[in-house]
Amino acid sequence: MLKQYSFEETAVQTFDDKTSLAMKTENLQVFYGANHAMHDADLAFPKNQITALIGASGSGKSTYLRSLNRMNDGIATVTGKIWYHNVDINEPTVNIYEIRRHIGMVFQRPNPFAKSIRENIVYALRANGLKNKAELEERVEKSLRGAALWDEVKDSLDKSALSLSGGQQQRLCIARSIAMEPDVLLLDEPCSALDPISTVKVEETLLELQKKYSIIIVTHNMQQAARVSSQCAFFHLGHVMEYTPTGTMFSNPQIPVTQDYIAGSFG
Amino acid sequence: MEQTNFQLKKQKSQSNDWSARLHHATRATREDWMGKGISYLCIGVIILVVASMLWFITSKGVATFTQNHVSLTKFLFGTNWAPDQGHIGALPMIVGSFAVTFAAAIVATPFAVGTAIFMTEISPNKGRKLLQPVIELLVGIPSVVYGFIGLAVVVPFMRHVVGGSGFGIISATFVLFVMVLPTITSMTVDSLRAVPRHFKEASLALGATRWQTVSRVILRSATPGILTAVIFGMARAFGEALAVQMVIGNAAIMPKNLISPASTLTSQLTTGIGDTIDGTLPNNALWSLALILLLMSLFFNALVRVIAKRGQLKHER
Repeated sequence: MLKQYSFEETAVQTFDDKTSLAMKTENLQVFYGANHAMHDADLAFPKNQITALIGASGSGKSTYLRSLNRMNDGIATVTGKIWYHNVDINEPTVNIYEIRRHIGMVFQRPNPFAKSIRENIVYALRANGLKNKAELEERVEKSLRGAALWDEVKDSLDKSALSLSGGQQQRLCIARSIAMEPDVLLLDEPCSALDPISTVKVEETLLELQKKYSIIIVTHNMQQAARVSSQCAFFHLGHVMEYTPTGTMFSNPQIPVTQDYIAGSFG
Repeated sequence: MEQTNFQLKKQKSQSNDWSARLHHATRATREDWMGKGISYLCIGVIILVVASMLWFITSKGVATFTQNHVSLTKFLFGTNWAPDQGHIGALPMIVGSFAVTFAAAIVATPFAVGTAIFMTEISPNKGRKLLQPVIELLVGIPSVVYGFIGLAVVVPFMRHVVGGSGFGIISATFVLFVMVLPTITSMTVDSLRAVPRHFKEASLALGATRWQTVSRVILRSATPGILTAVIFGMARAFGEALAVQMVIGNAAIMPKNLISPASTLTSQLTTGIGDTIDGTLPNNALWSLALILLLMSLFFNALVRVIAKRGQLKHER
């Protein structure tokens, strides 16, 4: 039986230097019809760092993440403010396509298109009007290198992306996202469908990528959060309970619910 | 409960010969045999019916060439159809059939794909509640009704607009367009719904617009399914007899244009089959037309299979 924890007792850090932030949410609420799935999420994400969102299944972490680039449009109602470059991108007047070009997303299940490896990366670039062949080629190589996939696929760019292994497919999805040169990269449990060796490769890729991008990653794997992230937010039943530097979260959790979760009492 | 006890008792009273005990048939095994027997019987009957139809049409259809010694090239490429006088050039009907089939498919496909996209991507709710029943209704309307509407509305309209008698390929195309539209639409809807949701999500997350997502990702990966739908529509158009017969004019001559009376393989069959005597050349010639129809439907079926396989293979390598 799950213990009842008070949702009043939270420990969420704030950042004074606003210029160092990539994104920030204020009072973010998400409703699936009558179901209030996310309550009052106030989180700020520092630039060029990896922030991990952890918590048990159904804690709202994926729901929260999907709100950040408006992927919940048409699925759920999202209220509150999402600040990005001092613009509230949760306003209905904002161009969602433009947002998604700056805030890329990688999903839980590797989901390359049923096209060739090259086409998978070129697709979005073309959709955005990039036609120059040489430049497209250059972007393909650059993004595949960025996702640490280039050496494995450089001789088979015209092969179907579905012929790759799960780990390679996921890195292709990362490559596809960074080909758009976004600011922020959202990853929704990117390694949950992968074996340990592929997971290590994806994690190494992320650690490399944080030099250029701000990364927010949802994971239900606490060890993974400990390995890759600098900041860590703990979600519980649709509430943000604790948000601290990762080291603090795992060595000295501030409130009982986090202590129990880190200790493995539930989740 | 009682039965179990009874069986247990029975087993107890049996000998200690385990081999006999474990090999003998019980009610369960006999039920298995029954079930198997019934299924095999049904399959056997179906196979028998299909095989005898194939055999019947083929043997009757080739009689024109084996008994009446008409040459195959004359039959396939001759343009003079007068079986009473011994002329059986079937080309006008073959051309007529292909013309109405392709024309109907070409006209219907854009409408069908457009409707299907609306029903799956643009307004799934309205699509399911409003359009789905309409399309199912259209499938259920008997072809004689389509033919009658064609005769009462389309033919006079064509007479008025393009001149001539109004009977002809263009009227047949129009009627067939309405008839194949629901077939192609509902199958296209199925293939669009089968496109994995994560393709759509991936595309949207990359900043692609809805239109780009539909046209470059969803339609692309549904292409084999859409082709299959079009071919099924064509098979229906190719095989449709009654409605076509009522509006095409039934003149067994080479169609010169789209508004002159023509005929198709099926319309010629239904027109002529009552007037001929079994075993004579005119009768055999009609069977040969039926044979062409049969071969074409086998061809359409084979095509569907090839496309399905291609679609599967392409991404497994």
